[in-house]
Amino acid sequence: MATKLKDVDVVVVGLGWTGGILSKELAEAGMKVVALERGNPLNPANDFAVPNIRDELRYVVRHELMQNAQRDTLTIRNNISQEALPMRRLGSFLPGEGVGGSATHWSGHTWRWTDMEFKVRSMYEERYGKSFIPDDMTIQDWGITYDELEPYYDRFEYTAAVSGKAGNLKGQIVPGGNPFEAPRAREYALPPLTPIYSSVMFTDATKNLGYHPFPRPSANASQAYTNPDGAHYGACQYCGYCQRFGCEANAKGSPLVSVIPIAMRNPNFELRANSWVTKVIKDSDGKKVTGVAYTNVLTGEEFEQPANIVLLCAYAINNVHLMLLSGTGQPYDPAAQTGVVGKNYCYQNGVGATLFFEGKYFNPFINAGGSNATIDDFNVNWSFDRGPHGFIGGYNVAGGFNTPLPIGYRPVPRGTPQWGTAWKAATKKWYQAAMTINSSGSVMANRNNYFDLDPTYRNAFGQPLMRMTFDYKDNEKKMGKHSADLVNSIAKSMNPTRVNEASSRDSWTVVPYQSTHNTGGTIMGTNPKNSVVNKYLQSWDCHNLFTVGANVFPHNGSYNPTGPVGALAYWTADAIKNRYVKNPGPLVQA
Amino acid sequence: MSDQDSGPQGFARRDFLKGAVVGGAAAATGTVAAVTTAEAQSQSPQPAAAPASQPGYAFLNIEEAAFVEALVDHMIPADEFSPKGTDIGVNIFIDRALAGGWGKGERLYMQGPWKRGTPNQGYQLPLAPADLYRAGIEATNAYCRKTYGGKPFDRLDAKQREEVLVGLSGGKITFEHGPPARTFWGTVYQTVMEGMFSDPIYGGNRDKAGWKLIGFPGAVAVHREHVEQYRNKPYTADILGIADLS
Repeated sequence: MATKLKDVDVVVVGLGWTGGILSKELAEAGMKVVALERGNPLNPANDFAVPNIRDELRYVVRHELMQNAQRDTLTIRNNISQEALPMRRLGSFLPGEGVGGSATHWSGHTWRWTDMEFKVRSMYEERYGKSFIPDDMTIQDWGITYDELEPYYDRFEYTAAVSGKAGNLKGQIVPGGNPFEAPRAREYALPPLTPIYSSVMFTDATKNLGYHPFPRPSANASQAYTNPDGAHYGACQYCGYCQRFGCEANAKGSPLVSVIPIAMRNPNFELRANSWVTKVIKDSDGKKVTGVAYTNVLTGEEFEQPANIVLLCAYAINNVHLMLLSGTGQPYDPAAQTGVVGKNYCYQNGVGATLFFEGKYFNPFINAGGSNATIDDFNVNWSFDRGPHGFIGGYNVAGGFNTPLPIGYRPVPRGTPQWGTAWKAATKKWYQAAMTINSSGSVMANRNNYFDLDPTYRNAFGQPLMRMTFDYKDNEKKMGKHSADLVNSIAKSMNPTRVNEASSRDSWTVVPYQSTHNTGGTIMGTNPKNSVVNKYLQSWDCHNLFTVGANVFPHNGSYNPTGPVGALAYWTADAIKNRYVKNPGPLVQA
Repeated sequence: MSDQDSGPQGFARRDFLKGAVVGGAAAATGTVAAVTTAEAQSQSPQPAAAPASQPGYAFLNIEEAAFVEALVDHMIPADEFSPKGTDIGVNIFIDRALAGGWGKGERLYMQGPWKRGTPNQGYQLPLAPADLYRAGIEATNAYCRKTYGGKPFDRLDAKQREEVLVGLSGGKITFEHGPPARTFWGTVYQTVMEGMFSDPIYGGNRDKAGWKLIGFPGAVAVHREHVEQYRNKPYTADILGIADLS
């Protein structure tokens, strides 16, 4: 029998970026906040110290900071006719676990998604006509606008020590930045990172081709920095151990450096780590939730934590899982086209080429999480005419490295023997002499890509695993081919000695690692028929339940999702502080 | 290379060890270490990494140890680029990995039912990595005995070993009884690479031989001042691992 605990104002499920932001903001507004995190507490000074953090096997290969698939995973399949089987080992994507969440091991790429995503259906319909959008493509406008979100993007960027160069200041195009970005009110918190050699080469090559390269905006502090809350960041050391590692220099934008320690000092806030939420508890009339049930994974004890407001701030996939397990909202049925919870799961679609330059030295171990250059000419550039190519969405292309460590990164030309003296000779010859060009592409929602509960497999708590049904559709295949052709044309223009060409990926597979940018499942929208939450990320069904994460994205863009995820956390915090607590109820009338 | 020539890395050691169980473990350890060192010195243009003492095995049995030693010395031969696999501890890395949490299925979802699935659904066997290794070695040796006149992998000559590895990696060899050969090979290949390029604290990459091969500087990584200075210039520094800094 679960022990019922004392009421609090707010219970936060999951303590990463979004849970950290909301915990800090709501505790400062005088609310009693309890955060339940299913993983361990982590402390940068103790857990991310040199030399132990410099361990590729432990952190990259063995996934120390990631969700433990032994306890909880998903089942996966490409289409509805297949039997879903468990993702027995993490591969394609790597949700973080522990205090700090995925924000501990991210690379820091922080983008502002624009109205090209938020108004995707209306913009494409207006320009290309309704028939340009396939019948099974379930994209929709998000219900928010870039202008509404701009101050919150700004707030997140300054909190997370984002380094970059503005390309559009209040409508004025600024040299050196991304000319296709939406207008921003001011510069980035910090100047851009110093470009590594591969990034310099990519910049020169894409300029020569008439494209518009710019430094990738990243939450890797290019200089020591104190954020508006007084949190101190160190300067990035370009250590080459960024993605999948905690940062020993406190230079990576992280809630463990910023919002979480500030919340921890506030007497209104309490963190309970190793606390695994199994269910959101609904009120008898189903119009509200009363709190959550959780298990202390150190003891097995079960608790009920009553709360006036429940915030689901776990990894995107796990937020959707909790809503399906709890019966908050109607599950999506792809055949009947009814229900919304689980709808519009999306991923991303990237390609990559490796370029070999005999005699050059790239020093691939010298890099930051975001020290590469990017072009957006085929992404948020609306003047790129998709009509002749027949796809919706876009892709960004980057040249450089991100955490190329030697177990995983030893580039050799295709056809090289895989072992023996010839393999060693090639490995030695090309390690220093190679660079990569990669694209990351959007994925439009499709009626047959979705989440529901698996009928067979269970997690460590005896609950059904979530089932993911996903594959790339014609739209993504066309864009994948376009991006591969483009990447190969840039590579060719650089005149490498050898090149491993990019090719498009037509079917999603669980191995190898691709991207931890899983979106959708509890999407936002304009009414309860097309969405699970309103524009304030408030459940249409239960007005005191909110969920903040990429699970609210109605489709996936080409950019990394953390920019809008962080901005939406501040946006939701303001809506709760300034409006909801004064008059609890729906913030948008259905 | 004749079967006789492959003796020190396979035949002699294997039979000696089997006899040594009766004859006394201490004698066996000393003798085998001497054999290994002598062979390394005779074959390797590079000085062998200091063998010090045989660290011993925590998981591999005698036949498995012989297989793994033969495998890593074939994949990583002694040449101008590095000492051979056993001289840089790749066999020890593999043994420790299989004996430890990873080998026993840590972070691996191990509930049934078990189905073959599609390639896109990834690993679906009811085997932890150590079980897969054990079953795969047995199946590979069964294949070798059938194909090469009764000899297990470690008694094959270099050309035959090459044939087997090409067959495993290319999907031409399938096991009559045992796990899918390519799944086994995928795990074998990954662990050999891990053993050559992971931090030496795990038993492989001894003397940073893998890192030296490519010029990876290891765990010291304060490059803020190096980004511009070393554009298109070779960066060299003492290669240091976790133990050097602890």
